[in-house]
Amino acid sequence: MAKLVSLADGVAHLVHDGDVVALEGFTHLIPFAAGHEIIRQGRQDLTLVRMTPDVIYDQLIGAGCARRLVFSWGGNPGVGSLHRFRDAVQHAWPRPLELEEHSHAGMANRYVAGASGLPFAVLRGYTGTDLPRHTPNIRPITCPFTGETLTAVPALRPDVTVVHAQRADRNGNVQMWGITGVQKEAVLAAHRSLVTVEEIVDELAPVPGQVVLPGWAVTAVAEVPGGAHPSYAHGYSVRDNDFYRDWDAVSRHRDTFRAWLDEHVHKAGATT
Amino acid sequence: MSQRSERGNAVADWTADEMMTVAAARQLRDDTACFVGIGLPSTAANLARTTHAPNLVLIYESGCLGAKPDRLPLSIGDGVLADTADAVVSVPEVFNYWLQPGRIDVGFLGAAQIDRYGNINTTVVGGDYDAPMVRLPGAGGAPEIAASCREVVVIVRQDLRTFTERVDFVTSVGYGAGPGDRERLGLRGGGPRVVITDLGVLEPDPLTCELTLTRLHPGVTREQARAATGWDLAVAEGLTTGEPPTAAELTVLRALEATKSDGRLP
Repeated sequence: MAKLVSLADGVAHLVHDGDVVALEGFTHLIPFAAGHEIIRQGRQDLTLVRMTPDVIYDQLIGAGCARRLVFSWGGNPGVGSLHRFRDAVQHAWPRPLELEEHSHAGMANRYVAGASGLPFAVLRGYTGTDLPRHTPNIRPITCPFTGETLTAVPALRPDVTVVHAQRADRNGNVQMWGITGVQKEAVLAAHRSLVTVEEIVDELAPVPGQVVLPGWAVTAVAEVPGGAHPSYAHGYSVRDNDFYRDWDAVSRHRDTFRAWLDEHVHKAGATT
Repeated sequence: MSQRSERGNAVADWTADEMMTVAAARQLRDDTACFVGIGLPSTAANLARTTHAPNLVLIYESGCLGAKPDRLPLSIGDGVLADTADAVVSVPEVFNYWLQPGRIDVGFLGAAQIDRYGNINTTVVGGDYDAPMVRLPGAGGAPEIAASCREVVVIVRQDLRTFTERVDFVTSVGYGAGPGDRERLGLRGGGPRVVITDLGVLEPDPLTCELTLTRLHPGVTREQARAATGWDLAVAEGLTTGEPPTAAELTVLRALEATKSDGRLP
C-alpha cells in the first residue's frame, strides 16, 4: 500500500541526487508543487525525463537541478520558447545540459516498454529525420515476420516518477481523469513513485474516463491541494493561462528568474 | 508584425495573418479527421469547423479525439478540449492506435524552417546541433504526424528566414531530397499537399515534388512571394489569385481570436 506522506517527506525519501526523475502530466495535472519541493531541497545532477518539459522543467533547469534532459518537446505551449532551457543549451547556464531528444511517439512508447517490462519498444517513427543521427537511443530494427525495417527505442525506467492526480483514498489508491497523458505508464515504468493529489477522500466515487492506479503500485501519496498550478486539475481548477503568458517575461532574464524563484519557491516553503 | 499586416490589399479590412488562417481553413474538408498542432493550425481548424466543415474531427495529441472547443485553447491540453471531446484517450493510444495506422486524414503543422521539398525544422537553427544559435522546442508529435497522416497541410509565415534552401535540421520529412524519397523511407502517408502562407499557397509539383507557388492572396505579387523565399521559387503556369476572406469567415475568426485571451471557464 502506498504510504501517505507530506510533500517534503515524499521528495526527501524518494528523489535523490543523480536520480533519473520523470515528472509527467501532459499539460493537465503537472506536478508543479513537487517540482518546487525538489528545487527547495536542492537536488543536483538529475536526469530529468518528460515528454513536454514546459514551464516546470524550465524552473528546475534554471534552478540548476538538472544535468541531463530526456524529452520530446521543450516549449511553453501556445506562448513560445523556454528561456531557461535555451539559456542552458546555448550558454550552459547555470550549468551545461545534456540532451537526449525524441519525438512524442518515441517517448510514449519508451514509457510503455518500461511499464511492460520489455527492454525496448517498436514503432513506425523517426524515419528520414535527423533525430537518429543525434540520439543513439533511436535504432532501426527488422521485423522478424515481414522483414520490414521499423524503429526501436529503449524502455524508460525512471528511478522515480512524480505525477499529480485529483484524488486518492486512505489506502493510497489514486484516481485521475480528464487528459491523463502518459502518467499511468510513467508510474508503472518507474522503480519508485510519488503522487500528489488535490484531496484524500474516504471513498473514490467513479468518474467517467478515470484512470485508477492501485495503491500497491504506488510508493507514496501526498495531499497537495492546488499542486498542479499553473497547470490544472480537471474538476478542481482551470489552467492559469495568464501564468504561462507571464512566464515568458519572468524567465527571459536570469535576474528576473532568480527573483521569481526566491519569492515563489524558496520563500514559499513546503506546502504541507 | 504590423509590416506583415500591410502586405495585403491596402484598402482591405483584413490582415495578412487573417488571410492565411482563412486560406488554411478552406483546405480542410468536412467529414475528415485532422491532427491539429497548437497555434495557427488550431485556429484554422476551429475556423473550418465553425464555418464550412461542421463535421471536421479535431484530434489533439493530448488524447482528445473529436474536440469541439467553443473558444481557442492556448495549449493542446486545455480543459475545454477534454470537456468537448468524443473520447479522451492516453497519449500512447493517440499515437499508436490512431496516428500510426494511418487513420487520420490530415496532419496540420507549423514550421520554423521549411525547404523546397517541404521538409520541416522545429529543432535547432544555426550553429550545429550541440551548440545551436537558436534552440527551438523540438519534435513533439510532428515527425510521426508528417509520416503517417494521409496528407499534410502546413501553415507558416513566408520570409527568408523560414523558407530556406536547406533546413538546418530535418525534424519532419516532407519529400526528403525529392521524388521517390517517401516511398524509399517507407513513409506511408502522402506528405505535404499544400503550404499556406501569409502571401499565398504553395503546392508540390507532381513530377519534381518541389514546392511551387500556385496561388497568391489578393494584393500580393509573385515578386513579393519570390523575394520572401530562400530558393528560386517556381511559379505555376496557371498562377491564380485567391478569394479574399468573406465577411462570415472574418466574423467567426475574430470571434474565435477574442476567446483566446480568456482561457477560463465562463
